[in-house]
Amino acid sequence: MNTNSNTYTIIYASVMVIIVAFLLAFVSSSLKPIQDANVAIDKKSQILSSLNIRGLEKSEIEATYDKVIVCDPIIKADASVVNEGTGKDEAAFVLDSKDVNDENMPLYIANVDGATKYVIPVTGRGLWGGLWGYIALNEDCKTVFGAYMSHASETAGLGALLVENWFHDRFLGKKLFKGDDANVALTVVKAGSVKEADYEVDGITGATLTTNGVAAMVKDGLQKYIGFINTKTAAQQAACEAACTEAQNCENTEE
Amino acid sequence: MGKLFSPENKAAFTNPLNLDNPVVVQVLGICSALAVTSQLEPAIVMGLSVTVITAFANVIISLLRKTIPNRIRIIVQLVVVAALVTIVSEVLKAFAYDVSVQLSVYVGLIITNCILMGRLEAFAMQNGPWASFLDGIGNGLGYAIILVIVGFVRELLGSGSLLGIQIVPDALYDLGYMNNGMMTMPAMSLIICGCVIWAHRAINDKK
Repeated sequence: MNTNSNTYTIIYASVMVIIVAFLLAFVSSSLKPIQDANVAIDKKSQILSSLNIRGLEKSEIEATYDKVIVCDPIIKADASVVNEGTGKDEAAFVLDSKDVNDENMPLYIANVDGATKYVIPVTGRGLWGGLWGYIALNEDCKTVFGAYMSHASETAGLGALLVENWFHDRFLGKKLFKGDDANVALTVVKAGSVKEADYEVDGITGATLTTNGVAAMVKDGLQKYIGFINTKTAAQQAACEAACTEAQNCENTEE
Repeated sequence: MGKLFSPENKAAFTNPLNLDNPVVVQVLGICSALAVTSQLEPAIVMGLSVTVITAFANVIISLLRKTIPNRIRIIVQLVVVAALVTIVSEVLKAFAYDVSVQLSVYVGLIITNCILMGRLEAFAMQNGPWASFLDGIGNGLGYAIILVIVGFVRELLGSGSLLGIQIVPDALYDLGYMNNGMMTMPAMSLIICGCVIWAHRAINDKK
């Protein structure tokens, strides 16, 4: 047979392409469910990591997530709830990042050792590519309980270090606000130039541009949830005042 | 059996491990050697993936070699390699998710690894499937050995660990020992690669 004729070449190429296409389609569709499960578990472990629950085995993640996360509501910028998210991984968890806007903001409510924590997903841009993270706030929404962040393609050994736990730990206990409750003050500054340790996080040495990206991500990301955060701070304030008055009343009656 | 392991077949397997090593002698596949060797685990996985893909691509091309139209042979080789790489990448995503995240784009870049196309064109197009299979395994392992050596040095000196387990004792850190941050940068793998080539030449020249 003449393997150099045009007809043979064209038929050969067509048949080969069709066979390969079927093969790849088959492999892809048969492995899809397992891959999706892996992605979901990875996301859960990131959320747990922001609540300072780290180093879990793959098999424990699902159960721990179920235990710790109370619900994953979708809220609006004014703090009204769009979807209660009682399924824990059916509302905010599956909200596609391109569908996130003022009307659809994902949120995770967690319960760690009896205390309520709010996990806010944030996204931003680093030096070379996307950044994302989860910031866990304490019940009063005024201080950071924990943080997790990762990146698509920051410089290995420099910007890429933002995925390390020691960097996440620098966020612990930081305050969100500087007096003014309407503007988030929490930020990340150039390595070694922290002046206000209350709300400034030390950046990564040699990775100032990535650090700037993280700062913008954290600040802007939290600012978007300011409506929600303020309702929580106000509620906490009210509860606190009520407790105070009660305490005073008690003291008064004792007198 | 005698024919299966004839001297030629044995040579097809053992030559690339040492005297005709694809990385240190032919200087192929350097690009991916830089990218995935900052830790040992991705280096091992990358080495094994390349071995599997080279072996199977060699076998497939060798089986098809008499039917492949000469004018589109490079395209046929590319399609076979690309299909195999895609399958490996999908399998990794399903069964070794963490590793696939770490290797990210480099799995896809196996397609452009010169070792693959080089072996297909230089060996599989002229030889039978069994010899081609051995040649593929040999070249893949030859590549893997170098990756593992570089990954071993870089992870040990760069992060003080191997396969993610801390090796350098805390006591040493207390004495003021520090991890060499340079080792985590891609440039260092070129330098280590250079050292390996130096050692390799020095040993083989004496023979």
